[in-house]
Amino acid sequence: MSIVAGCDVGSLTSKAVIMKAGRIIGSHIIKSKPRPQDSANAALDGALLSAGISKEDIQYCIGTGYGREKIEFVDEVVSEIKCHGKGARWMLPSAETVIDIGGQDCKTMKLDKDGNVGRFAANDKCASGTGRFLEVMAKVLGVSIDELGKLSAKAKEPITLASTCTVWAQADVIKYINSGVPIEDIGAGINTAMAVRVAILVNSVKPEGDIFMTGGVAKNIGVVETLEKLIGKRIKRARKADPQIAGALGAALIAEERGKREKTS
Amino acid sequence: MIVAGCDIGSLTAKAVIIENGKILSTAVMRAKTRPSESANEVMQMALDKAKLTMNDIGYVVGTGYGREQIPFVDQVESEISCHAKGAWQIMPSVRMIIDIGGQDAKATRLDDNGNVARYIYNDKCAAGTGRFLEVMAEALEVPLEELGDLAAQSTEKLNISSQCVIFAETEVVSLVNEGSKTADILNALHHSLAKRVASLTRSIDVKTDVVMTGGVAKNSGVFNALSEALGLPLKALDGVDPQIMGALGAALYAEEKVKSEGRESKK
Repeated sequence: MSIVAGCDVGSLTSKAVIMKAGRIIGSHIIKSKPRPQDSANAALDGALLSAGISKEDIQYCIGTGYGREKIEFVDEVVSEIKCHGKGARWMLPSAETVIDIGGQDCKTMKLDKDGNVGRFAANDKCASGTGRFLEVMAKVLGVSIDELGKLSAKAKEPITLASTCTVWAQADVIKYINSGVPIEDIGAGINTAMAVRVAILVNSVKPEGDIFMTGGVAKNIGVVETLEKLIGKRIKRARKADPQIAGALGAALIAEERGKREKTS
Repeated sequence: MIVAGCDIGSLTAKAVIIENGKILSTAVMRAKTRPSESANEVMQMALDKAKLTMNDIGYVVGTGYGREQIPFVDQVESEISCHAKGAWQIMPSVRMIIDIGGQDAKATRLDDNGNVARYIYNDKCAAGTGRFLEVMAEALEVPLEELGDLAAQSTEKLNISSQCVIFAETEVVSLVNEGSKTADILNALHHSLAKRVASLTRSIDVKTDVVMTGGVAKNSGVFNALSEALGLPLKALDGVDPQIMGALGAALYAEEKVKSEGRESKK
């Protein structure tokens, strides 16, 4: 049975997934390096290590993400949208609406019966509502992005940020820190501001059916729960795999399809 | 009668003293944390320059972001009105005023009598505001005042596709790492800023003559890039520092008030 791989080089993190016969046998996430090719190599090496195989064992590899054109070892590149759609469908076969928050963008798409991408909206013009917003705010608060997500549950009187602009919100957050507002209340306000911005994008595609979230921010419970309130629908949690690897997983799934097609032809 | 206008912005504080429409003195300083402190200090600077004391000033109008906190004003007016009044006084052919402030950007259209016909502003997003330049100046380690002159030395056209401050800053960092020249990066940044401000301006229909007020107007790089983005030449406000336009307009409001009250009391 052939072994395939997908590699997703994002602006903040890079991911690699290795599959064999429709099963994930290895995966790895790293913080992206300045050069996309270095990120790709490091992510793949980690995934190879976790699968216990070597690079030569991989028959077909697909690259995706922001840095996909710079990956040296791929056979083909595919758009992030397509990969996230595929990955989301694999993780949650009933997924009809997918929200993917990346390090520098936010996308939302609807999938048809066959998992093809239909209606779709994206923001990559403004840092607000993207992973970058949370990254900047976590740095100001002096917590990790994971810790930031957990602050919402502990908040007593969440603050309200006057602006969703990352620059203005940052100034606002510094003001709150200096005036002694508890970090939980500030964190909750940040997660809410993030969710507000994402909800606008999600509502613009008229979400239907089961909603699924991919990308690292899907692991931020504060953002996810507020987003559910704002769009008035539940967001299904990932159980089969880490939502952050959805793009790389989708790439690997497409690689597997290619392998099958080549065999039959 | 001698009157004054005081404009407390987010980044700088300005004061202008006038007598019968003639400027006696002006002052500009970097704003302090407390608006009241900035107001007292900048007003004192203007008074000292004109060799006057506060007792000589008959009426003061305040404007700007911190206008409600100025201790000594008799009246406050919006920035939009003050910039319009100032620019109209200097150049009666003006129909459009673009004011890029430290934390916002505004475009105002005037009718043929100098009244504000329409205006639009952005204070929701830092792109297209003075903060954009402030952040970039810091990233490139260049003083804010030197941006225009430095950008004029640009020889290679670079493209910065982002208008968002956060994303543009990332682009700047990678351009620096790739070895691009500071002058070329600045030039590209000025065009990014201008694009954002031009789309704001166009949303209320552009009428000529177009002028620029506020501190950023002194940056020749932005001035030229904005002319290019709008597709028409911006007019320079001759002889007067564009940065004091709000304070000048406020002073003109003060003069108007004094004159109208004078007439009333004679009745």
